[in-house]
Amino acid sequence: MPATTSAANTSTTSSTDRIEKQIRLSSPQSRVWRALTDAREFGKWFGVEFHGAFAPKTSVNGRLTAKGYDHLNFEFAIDKIEPERFFSFRWHPFAIDPSVDYSSEPMTLVTFTLEPVDGGTLLKVVETGFDKIPASRRVKAFEMNASGWDAPTKNIQKYLAANA
Amino acid sequence: MPSQQLDLVFRALGDPTRRALLRRLSKREHTVGELAEPFEMSLAAVSKHVKTLEEAGLVRRTVRGRTHFCQLDPRPLEKADEWLRSYERLWDKRLEALEALLRHPDKE
Repeated sequence: MPATTSAANTSTTSSTDRIEKQIRLSSPQSRVWRALTDAREFGKWFGVEFHGAFAPKTSVNGRLTAKGYDHLNFEFAIDKIEPERFFSFRWHPFAIDPSVDYSSEPMTLVTFTLEPVDGGTLLKVVETGFDKIPASRRVKAFEMNASGWDAPTKNIQKYLAANA
Repeated sequence: MPSQQLDLVFRALGDPTRRALLRRLSKREHTVGELAEPFEMSLAAVSKHVKTLEEAGLVRRTVRGRTHFCQLDPRPLEKADEWLRSYERLWDKRLEALEALLRHPDKE
């Protein structure tokens, strides 16, 4: 059994290779779909300003909008767009060191799956492929992240159960 | 934890056989021979995996008589786990922002 933590309307499943999130949104599926696949709307909540629209099998560049990071450009390689149901892209999740050329490194795959539920939409987000990211890069990203957050100590049995 | 050790931990975890070994060791200690049993692998190959885990600080080996016992040391794992958890929080923030956008679409 994977380790699962639950908040009111979100849940999380994790291993070293993947992050899985589920959230119940009180908007209709078509509205959630637009917030995910309209590059301008996506950029608003994701914190990126895009130079172009999302289209299947097309790369689009975006610039981070967060203060202090707004010099950073990201490549989003849009993978699939299946109207109102499924959307996926690949990217370099910790590409925040401007002195590094990330283009030769493996990307992670982010998928969004939408499903209508009572009173809204269930959105499932999965990001996979972390194990393929070079260990040295993960360490760097870890150090950057860890400096700003105190991560909770995890239960070891749960951790191991999640990493089958 | 020095980043060099964290590097070793990630390398050690990047292999399904080694993760399976850790799972078994999380229940109780095992000899190298016992660990090798369920795998279609030579004792030497399993021993090599155990050595990688030892180098990462995830496994300790104690010798009693002529038998080597392996024990899990979970401490470095907690550090490695923190890494993905901290990245995961970014997703929590993004999804909160998505929820807020859907609730108040006109707020720029």
